[in-house]
Amino acid sequence: MIRLTALHMDLPGFTLNDVDLHIRKGEFFALMGSTGSGKTLVLETVAGLAPLDSGTVEIGGRDVTKLPPEARRVSLVYQDHALFPHLTVLQNVMYGQRYHGIPKERGRREARDLLDALGLARLENRKPARLSGGEKQRTAMARALACRPDVVLLDEPLSSLDPQFRGELRHTLKQIHEDMGATFLMVTHDFTDAMVLAERGAVIKDGSLHQQDTVTNIFRRPATPFTASFVGMTNVFPARYDNGSCAFAGHSFDGLPGLPEWRAGFAALRPEDVIVGTAADFPAEWHIMEGTVERLEREGFTWTATVRCSGQSLTAMVDRHMVLNRGLGIDSPVTVGFAGEHLHHMPKDV
Amino acid sequence: MTISAGLVLLFIAIPLLTTLTAPTGEILLETLNDADVLKSVWLSMTTSAMAAGLAFVFGTPLAYFLARNDFPGKKVVESLVDLPIMIPHPVVGIALLSLTSPNMWFGEFLQSMGVTIMGTRTGIVCVLLFVGMPFYVNTAKSGIESIPRRMENVSRSLGAGSAATFFRITLPLCWRHMLVGMIMCMARAISEFGAIIIVAYHPMIAPVLMYERFTAYGLTYSQPVAVILIVVSMLFFLLLRSMSLPKSEAQ
Repeated sequence: MIRLTALHMDLPGFTLNDVDLHIRKGEFFALMGSTGSGKTLVLETVAGLAPLDSGTVEIGGRDVTKLPPEARRVSLVYQDHALFPHLTVLQNVMYGQRYHGIPKERGRREARDLLDALGLARLENRKPARLSGGEKQRTAMARALACRPDVVLLDEPLSSLDPQFRGELRHTLKQIHEDMGATFLMVTHDFTDAMVLAERGAVIKDGSLHQQDTVTNIFRRPATPFTASFVGMTNVFPARYDNGSCAFAGHSFDGLPGLPEWRAGFAALRPEDVIVGTAADFPAEWHIMEGTVERLEREGFTWTATVRCSGQSLTAMVDRHMVLNRGLGIDSPVTVGFAGEHLHHMPKDV
Repeated sequence: MTISAGLVLLFIAIPLLTTLTAPTGEILLETLNDADVLKSVWLSMTTSAMAAGLAFVFGTPLAYFLARNDFPGKKVVESLVDLPIMIPHPVVGIALLSLTSPNMWFGEFLQSMGVTIMGTRTGIVCVLLFVGMPFYVNTAKSGIESIPRRMENVSRSLGAGSAATFFRITLPLCWRHMLVGMIMCMARAISEFGAIIIVAYHPMIAPVLMYERFTAYGLTYSQPVAVILIVVSMLFFLLLRSMSLPKSEAQ
């Protein structure tokens, strides 16, 4: 449906570096990255709002690289909604219909149906200034959908909302996507949003794509250290691989499953897969490291410890018994352990 | 602070009040019946209004371009726009006259088109547009800058072309700025004198007539003309100003 080939853009202080992206018809695709990664810029190139130095944008098999935004049939929903302040909710929603050959009466009916489905029916005569954040967001969604676009572009659709509305709107978004059959491209810095909403996704950093896969695969098998930390595998260590052993953080481990072929790379672990204890606490097949506690932080019902293992810091979950009954504290010598199958390996260069 | 603020206000108000109250009712009435005076005030108002209208038509695209684009040399372009504010007014008149004189290629071109600048209404409007343009462009520009780019982006993505976006989004959201810009342009134009007496002494706009009455008959006969011009322009600007104020949002 959307095919981006070698998108390149040189801006002062930022380069979009030959981005290739393929989004299938009807798919919910999440482009993930932190602030300043260039993700919104990619979204704007799809919409035709950012000038490309080179590369092509195809939508539905049609090369639209040279087409202006209004000829692309893509609707854009910005994070700050960008509702038209001088128009009512209904007028906002009906704004684009006339350019898509939808007659006025039918358009009004469809717009009202959309408002109804999004729980905005009562508000159709309000001006945007008198809407709550969630109502604004849903109005912006309705406005984008009302002209029956081929592609809906969402810029951080959930990040400006309070947590309780967030879950609700996530559900609404998913529902809309299933009902509409349009292709959704969402930009987000929040991996959880991507996990819940999207089937496939990509991770971008500093204008370069790091990985493109199903969201589940990105979560389970991140391709680069950056992606790893982005999906919550925050313990990333430079590692050496040699004759069936893997060495990192001053320890060498044998008998690990699924060791890669490369000799130098990165090994990564999720904090929740690393447990702090004493040597006797771990099953025999687990792998253990020795270290000292550097920091101990309470996070709700659990503790997180930063453990120093020969020059490397590692974050680990701590069982509450360790703190309350066994007196774990700063500078305590500890053993941390992990199961071999939880260790993730990545090559040095991508 | 209050004292100095008061002094400034007095500094502005007292000379104007003195002028306003100076003429006797008899002379004022006589002046009001003087066809030359009425003609000149009318000419001042209409030529200034035309200059403001032309500033709107031709200045808006420039204001839009400057508000929406960053490019090397933007500061230079902006200074160029501001230039008419700074240069002495007779210089404006001299520059326009020399450009349009029949021995210049441009003057020759104008002549072949049947356009005369020297001593015509066209010349007056030209001068007023020249001196008033910066006021319109700068005000309209800041108005356009106050509208988020993203709103126009959304409009484009919904299928509206750039012209439709301008008329359905940008203009409804910043017409007040543009109106204020036109008011300022027109206000500047009404007060122009120095460039006008060089380009078009005749037909006489109000300030020129005032000057002429002053040199020929003295203060007593120039004051009533001033009174009429001040009152007429003040009423007119008050009306426009009140139009440009946002109406209070009824709940």
